[in-house]
Amino acid sequence: MIRQFGPADILFIIEAVRWTLLLSVIAFVGGAVGGLIVALARSSDSIALRRISAVFIRIFQGTPLLMQLFLFYFGLAVLNLPINPLLAAAVALTFHASAYLGEIWRGSIQAVPTGQLEAATALSLSYRDRMQSVILPQAARIGVAPTVGFLVQLIKGTSLTSIIGFTELTRAGQIVNNATFDPFVVFGLVAVIYFLICWPLSLYARRLEARMRRAFTR
Amino acid sequence: MAQSKQLAVEMRGVSKFFGAFQALKAIDLTVETGERIVICGPSGSGKSTLIRTINQLETIQSGTITVDGIELTAGGDNVGKVRREVGMVFQQFNLFPHLTVLQNCMLAPLKTGRANKSSAEATARKYLERVKIPEQADKFPAQLSGGQQQRVAIARALCMEPRIMLFDEPTSALDPEMVKEVLDTMIDLAREGMTMLCVTHEMEFARAVADRVIFMEAGAIIEQGAPEEFFGNPRSERLRNFLGQIA
Repeated sequence: MIRQFGPADILFIIEAVRWTLLLSVIAFVGGAVGGLIVALARSSDSIALRRISAVFIRIFQGTPLLMQLFLFYFGLAVLNLPINPLLAAAVALTFHASAYLGEIWRGSIQAVPTGQLEAATALSLSYRDRMQSVILPQAARIGVAPTVGFLVQLIKGTSLTSIIGFTELTRAGQIVNNATFDPFVVFGLVAVIYFLICWPLSLYARRLEARMRRAFTR
Repeated sequence: MAQSKQLAVEMRGVSKFFGAFQALKAIDLTVETGERIVICGPSGSGKSTLIRTINQLETIQSGTITVDGIELTAGGDNVGKVRREVGMVFQQFNLFPHLTVLQNCMLAPLKTGRANKSSAEATARKYLERVKIPEQADKFPAQLSGGQQQRVAIARALCMEPRIMLFDEPTSALDPEMVKEVLDTMIDLAREGMTMLCVTHEMEFARAVADRVIFMEAGAIIEQGAPEEFFGNPRSERLRNFLGQIA
């Protein structure tokens, strides 16, 4: 039975935004921790760590996010764990974000002039202090704009989790559309909501980028 | 010097390769405590590489290096111990741009547990006074001139109270009018008895303070001697050519 698209449907879609945001936050925080580890491993002196982290990045950058979601989702079943779309989506997106943020931050770390590392080393700072007090604060300034840019990609990427049945924004749109069969209006609303989340972030990223350029040309 | 015969640096058969290129060819060098040494030579001769092996910014493939009685190549935390004894000043200053002048000077003493916050600050202010820029303590490096930045870099190294100072072309990146202020700071330091190894082309500095001048070419020490002898009566053809070019 087809019913009219109404206020209750709009509310249902808007309420689903929290799942999109929750998933984005989990993936971003998890990806930040994982990404830092990957970035430090990628820029370390140990050949083994560099190789392992490079393979990790290649696997997650070289396969579609959708396949990663499928593999984690159905992997739970193979491991005899209860099937849980949120868990599968969170884990898959965390690995995905770790690979991308790891690569972004590796570039940021390596963009810090080598003289900084040499000076810190000559001052007998430990690896931890060199990174924490000298390299990472400078790398953070370089990496903040592309990081916000990636966050936008990540938020849009959460829409794929609708396919494994996680009821976030896109899935909520599909459910409403199945009942109202008014796809242009329904998915138009969904797209507008994504845009309202992502657009300010894109603007913010562009502003940070401009500020970085000024800082470097000064 | 009371402990004049103690060796600050002792290198035996030190060789360094970058891939197939041999940057240092079985170098033997001893430096006494309190000795001021100037190293010169054409670019690519290995002079920077030589002093960078002393605090292991460059690893070596063969030979031994002993710094203040600590053998660098013996493993353990010997590299860390040596780095706490050896200060270094770079051509490009390498100040930490996100920290103020004072924070630059306090970072290493604090992080290595050498000093607490108040004593680290007192030490930092003392050495900023010594290099004649105490009033710049709260500025960021980018707000200073090149000469001022290099003097901060010297103060930062001194805050670790090193027994040996390494200078890697400390005036080469400076505008001509700023060279003197940095050289004067180095001359003061030399007069106080600091053991110094300086890679530089400033022959005035070498004449003024060096106990010994070393000429390197193609990864080897070609000639060395006291400044009067070195400049007045160079024995090798290559040193004569080199001195002719830079004079």
